[in-house]
Amino acid sequence: MRTQTSALRSKDLLGIEPLSPEEITLILDTAEGFKEVSERPVKKVPALRGQLVINLFMEASTRTRVSFEIAEKRLSADTLSFSASGSAVEKGETLIDTAQNLMAMAPDMIVIRHKHPGAPKMLADRLPASIINAGDGAHEHPTQALLDAFTIREKLGRLQGVNVSIIGDISHSRVVRSNIHLLTKMKANVTLAGPPSLMPVQIERMGVRVVNSLNEAIEGADVIMMLRVQLERQGKLSFPSLREYYNTFGLTPERLRRAKEGVMVMHPGPMNRGVEIASDVADGPYSVILEQVTNGVAVRMAVLYLLGGAHMAE
Amino acid sequence: MNLLIKNGRVIDPSQGIDAKLDILIEGGVIAKVDKKLTSSAEVLDATGLIVTPGFIDLHTHLREPGHEHKETIATGTRAAVAGGYTAVCAMANTMPPNDERAVTEMMIAEAARHGACRVYPIGAVSKGLAGEALAEIADLRAAGCVGVSDDGKPVYNAQLMRRALEYCSMLGIPVIAHEEDANLVEGGVMHEGYYSTLLGMGGMPAASEETMVARDVILARITGAHLHIAHLSTAGAADAVRTARAQGVKVTCEVTPHHIALGDDSVQSFSTYLKMNPPLRSKEHRDAIIDAIADGTIDAIATDHAPHHFDEKNVEFDLAPFGVIGLETAFAVCYDRLVREKMIDLARLIDLMSCGPARIFNLGGGTLATGAFGDVTLIDVETPFQVTNTFRSKASNSPFVGETLHGRVAATAVGGVVKYDLREVAALPGTKSRKRKR
Repeated sequence: MRTQTSALRSKDLLGIEPLSPEEITLILDTAEGFKEVSERPVKKVPALRGQLVINLFMEASTRTRVSFEIAEKRLSADTLSFSASGSAVEKGETLIDTAQNLMAMAPDMIVIRHKHPGAPKMLADRLPASIINAGDGAHEHPTQALLDAFTIREKLGRLQGVNVSIIGDISHSRVVRSNIHLLTKMKANVTLAGPPSLMPVQIERMGVRVVNSLNEAIEGADVIMMLRVQLERQGKLSFPSLREYYNTFGLTPERLRRAKEGVMVMHPGPMNRGVEIASDVADGPYSVILEQVTNGVAVRMAVLYLLGGAHMAE
Repeated sequence: MNLLIKNGRVIDPSQGIDAKLDILIEGGVIAKVDKKLTSSAEVLDATGLIVTPGFIDLHTHLREPGHEHKETIATGTRAAVAGGYTAVCAMANTMPPNDERAVTEMMIAEAARHGACRVYPIGAVSKGLAGEALAEIADLRAAGCVGVSDDGKPVYNAQLMRRALEYCSMLGIPVIAHEEDANLVEGGVMHEGYYSTLLGMGGMPAASEETMVARDVILARITGAHLHIAHLSTAGAADAVRTARAQGVKVTCEVTPHHIALGDDSVQSFSTYLKMNPPLRSKEHRDAIIDAIADGTIDAIATDHAPHHFDEKNVEFDLAPFGVIGLETAFAVCYDRLVREKMIDLARLIDLMSCGPARIFNLGGGTLATGAFGDVTLIDVETPFQVTNTFRSKASNSPFVGETLHGRVAATAVGGVVKYDLREVAALPGTKSRKRKR
C-alpha cells in the first residue's frame, strides 16, 4: 500500500469517521517504523522532546492508558496521567473547566477517555491543543481500530477484500464503530453478529452485513473479532444470562472449527474468559490478542508523532 | 389602549381577510378594521408589513417560580412579544409546580405586574407532577388555568389519565399530554435511528411517543374528553391523530418549529442546543409532520420554549438538560421552512400560530373581529435577517443562531399597547453585546 499523503488534515484525532483512506494508510505506515523502535535495545526516539502530553482518563482503563503512556515515553514527550477519581472532577468540576485549567499549563496534546460520546470533540472545539480520543462512550475508539487494522495488515498483507466478522454487544461498543469506519473505508468486508437486543437500529447503513448466528459469522471469515460483554448487562433487559450468552455467542474451539484455516482471532480486551471467548481460543494458535496489544504502542506512537512531532519538525 | 395601525396588509384567517386595511383599537379591543381609518390615537405605521392577530403560544416554560436563573415571567414575556406573541400558556413544571391555586395566582399576579403579554397558566394534572393523584383541577381552573399538563413527563398511570380526562371534560379544558414511554427511552438522549447508531448515543425511539399517543387517543375516545398532544414529533403520532379525529375523537395537537426545521443528522455536531425532548427526528418523520401540517391534522405551532442557563448546557451532550428556546425565532423559522418552501400559504401559518391556538384552547384573541382583544402582530416578510445571540429571553440556547431567515417580527401590540417595536429596539444602544458569547 502506498502512502499518498504525508500529514493529517486535522489537529485532532476524534475518530476514524473523519479520516480519509490515505490518512489511515499514513498512520499505519508510520506505525511500521515505530514498531521497529520498540524492538531496539534503546527504545526511544526524540520526536516529541519538549512536548507535554496529558492523559485525561475519566473512565477506567488499563491497556489503553498504559499503551499511550509507553508510546509517549518512547517519543520522549513529557507526560502525565490522571483519572477522574482523586481529581477535582470528584468535587463537581465540569469537563470544560478541567480542560481549560489543564490548558492553562500549555499541554501540546491531550489524550482523553470519557464515558460520554462527543466529549473529545467538546475539547477539540475549545482548546488549541491536539485532542486524541482514547474512547468516548459507545461512539469511537480510533486508536483501537488502527491497531486492529495494523495487526490484520501485518498478518495478511492487506485490508482490501479481507472478511472481518465482529461478534457481540454491538450497541454499546465504540470499538465496533471505529472498526466499521476503518474497515469499510479500506474496502474490507464487515459482518456483524450478536443478540438482536444488542444490535443498534439501521447499522446496515454503515455498510456492513448483519447475520443472525455465530456460525454464519464464522464461515468464510479471515478475521473474527470478539467484543467484550459488559457483565452488568446480564439478567436485565438485553440478554438473560452469561450462561446463555456463552451458549449462543461464545467463541469455543468447536465453533472455531468451522472457520477458515489460518483465521485470526482478535479481542480488544479486557476479556471475559468463558463468556464471549473460551480460554482455549483466547490462548490458542489463532489468537493474535497479545500482538494487538504490542502493536497498540506502535500505532499510538504514530498518531502522537503525526499530530505533534511531524509538524514540529517542519 | 388606543392605537391605529395604518397601511398594512391585514391577514386574519379567522375572518378570511387578506387586504390592505387599517385597524383601530380602542379601550384595548378591536374597534374597527377598514380602509383609510383616521383617529386621534397613536399611529403605528405598517407600510410594507403583514398585520395579523397576535400569536398565541400553547407551550412555554417561563420557569418562574423556582428557576429564575433560566427565565422569569418578565423576561419570558419580553421574549414572547419580540417573537410576535401576545399570549403564552405557561407550563406547570415550575418549582413548586403549578399544582395549586396559590401558584397559579402568583403567576397571574406577576404577569400583571411585570409581564409584557398575556399569560395563561397551565395547571398540573397530578399533585407534585408525581403522576399519582389528581391535583385540585377545578380550583386551578377557577384561579385561571386554561388546561392541565404534567409536561416534561408523561402521565404513566392510564387510570390517572382517564380520570383526568373525565374530570377536565366537566371543566371544559384540555388535558395536554407529553407522550413518552420512559421505559422505551431508557436513558436515550436523541432520536433512535441511523444517527444515534453512528454516534453511539442512547436512542429515543419514535415508538416511545407513538405507543403513548395510541393509548391516550383510546382514552379520549371512551371519555369524550379533549386530549391535546403536546409537541407531536412522529409520523405514527400524526397518523393516530388523523385517524382518531376522522372518527370523531376530540383530539388536537401542536408541533414545534424545531421539529419542522431540524433533523437528527444535525446532532453530529454534538451541540447541546440540539438536545430536546421529543428529540429532533429523522427525515421521514419530519416530512410526515409537514404533510400533517399541510393537510390540517396539526392545529397549532407551539414553541416548547425551554430556557436553560448557559452553564447547564455547556456540558457533555449526555449530561445537558433537554430543551431549546423558541419564542423569538418561531415565526421566521416556520415562514422560511413552510411558506417560502411552499408547503403551506401564509394565511395557514398565521392560523397555526394565532387562530388555531385560540380556537382549540378556547382563549380570547386569535382574531381581529370587532370587540376582540387588541392583540396584533406586524411582520416583515421581505427583509432577510440573521439570528444573533441577542435574545430578550434570559437564555440563549437556540439552535438557530447564525441562520439567515425571513419573517422578522416588526412590532407587537397587546391590548392596544405597543409592547415591542423593532425600530425602537434597533435604536437602543448596547443591545448587541448583552449575552455571553461562545
